[in-house]
Amino acid sequence: MNDTYLTDQMRGAVGRIYERLVSYPISVSDIRRWVIATYFPVEPPREFWDEEYAKQTRHGGIVAPHEFNPFAWIAQEPRRIPPRADSADINGIENALGIAGPEVNHVLNGGMDARYGAVRMRPGDVITSETAVESYEEKKGRLGVMLMTRSVSTWTNQHGEVVKSAYQTLIRY
Amino acid sequence: MSNPRVVKVGDALNGFSRHTDLDNWNRYAAVNDEFVPIHMDDQAGQDAGYPSAFGMGNLQWAYMHNAVREWLAGDGEIKSLSCQFRAANLRNTTVTVKGVVTDVAQAEDGTSVTINLRTENDTGETLAPGAAVVLLYGVSS
Repeated sequence: MNDTYLTDQMRGAVGRIYERLVSYPISVSDIRRWVIATYFPVEPPREFWDEEYAKQTRHGGIVAPHEFNPFAWIAQEPRRIPPRADSADINGIENALGIAGPEVNHVLNGGMDARYGAVRMRPGDVITSETAVESYEEKKGRLGVMLMTRSVSTWTNQHGEVVKSAYQTLIRY
Repeated sequence: MSNPRVVKVGDALNGFSRHTDLDNWNRYAAVNDEFVPIHMDDQAGQDAGYPSAFGMGNLQWAYMHNAVREWLAGDGEIKSLSCQFRAANLRNTTVTVKGVVTDVAQAEDGTSVTINLRTENDTGETLAPGAAVVLLYGVSS
């Protein structure tokens, strides 16, 4: 069992952007399918799928729920069909940074933290996300040493307005 | 003009709740492209140290947003939300989002309300503690 997974290369990569994504324009159908899944088996709120109803709301039309992911399946940039991995890409961050990753077998989502901007995501919006490692930290858990990697993604729309800043902690062991 | 909504410390959210298993998780995998074996295959869940496959943290995250939005009922916006995943959402369990208002403060553009959030399973075990800050329009405290 490893005493540490951290390397000088990993420490040196903190703060570097390792992923930049540009979404395809968000469609109303993307939003409808999202809320059908996240409210299943109950009918989702009308504001997310009924355009006539949504016009009467404060937003004046359908907006995406805060947690909506416009990058699922494929993005406009990078211009490629992402590989359809049958498991989570354990060393995806370090691979993108061009450094060696930890020799671990498992990855879990440790936690999330989102600060939302003044604008919501709407149909037609093109969202850009830039992600960097904010910190690496290690803790000892019941399954041994666990590497906690906290990343921060900044999402902006096509007008340069910040949609959200999203922090995520990955636990690898 | 309707009366402003009154919010005070100690107010509770309604308790968004879903019975969860592969039918929820497969639908979520389909919209979030999250076809990860630990969320679909009991053996993969066991290999990762759990008794079975388990649900996505991202889906509990969505449930927390749903709960807060339901409570807001169009009277405000979510400004921030955070959570830590502490225990697995195992198969065939009911996940309930609970929340209590812990702070109400006047802000420049409305009233800022802090909510202590958590998801819990059927036995009352906390799966993910969290917190949200929302901005309510035209609220008196």
